[in-house]
Amino acid sequence: MSTDIEAPRSGRVSPKYLRSGKSVGNFEMLAWLFMRLSGVVLVVLIFVHLYLNLVAGDGIKGIDFGFVAGKWANPVWQFWDLAMLWLAMLHGTNGVRTIINDYAEKTTTRRWLKGVLYSAAVVIIVLGTLVIFTFDPCPVINGVPTVADYCPAP
Amino acid sequence: MSKTPAGTLYRGREGMWSWVAHRITGVAIFFFLLVHVLDTSLVRVSPEAYDAVIGSYKNVIMGLGELGLVAAIVFHAFNGLRVIAVDFWKKGTKYHRQLLWLVVALWLVTMIAFSFRHLPIVFGSH
Repeated sequence: MSTDIEAPRSGRVSPKYLRSGKSVGNFEMLAWLFMRLSGVVLVVLIFVHLYLNLVAGDGIKGIDFGFVAGKWANPVWQFWDLAMLWLAMLHGTNGVRTIINDYAEKTTTRRWLKGVLYSAAVVIIVLGTLVIFTFDPCPVINGVPTVADYCPAP
Repeated sequence: MSKTPAGTLYRGREGMWSWVAHRITGVAIFFFLLVHVLDTSLVRVSPEAYDAVIGSYKNVIMGLGELGLVAAIVFHAFNGLRVIAVDFWKKGTKYHRQLLWLVVALWLVTMIAFSFRHLPIVFGSH
């Protein structure tokens, strides 16, 4: 007597249990790969960021406008922070997207939550990018130029 | 022998709890990041606006919050590298438990070192 063993159900889920429509190419695989690649880069970017801001020099009590201006007077740290902003926001947004897909059971709830998530992500990425590149480390306030070692002599 | 059936709640082991911790730290870091970009953007408003907000962070409660944030980031970073090892290293799935204890050990060492740097500033004895 032989026993029939059913084939695995993978890929044969009844449509009423599917949470998304037709599969959209390789998007989920690319998102999975992006999490690993951006993760490795972010470890380096953020550990240096934390070391410079919280450990080296005066530690966290040394952080003020002059500290930020001194860093962003140098294009290396502008692009460092730009890379951190974009990679961390995309990595974090994709992570929260996964969590919404896991726990929000109703299609409309998922749509609303992801709408809010994507809007917030766009606002933060655009705002941060504009701030990094329109920032003036040596502002002239009431006709008085800023005096700092990273500013041109008046 | 107990007559009552065992609970059906899956309590997991290293694999499940590291997954739970990875999610919680990830969400916490994401919400911090939103606020972090907003407050740093104040450098574009004026030096006074930025210094005022950063000044409001310089107290014991926020200082301990910063320690918690660094703890979350360091765990998420090390455990993320572990997840990559489990996915791409041939023996990753076999040694995923040992890898978690390595992550915990490295996290502890990092956090002890960072506490010695950070807490004296927070409690003003430095």
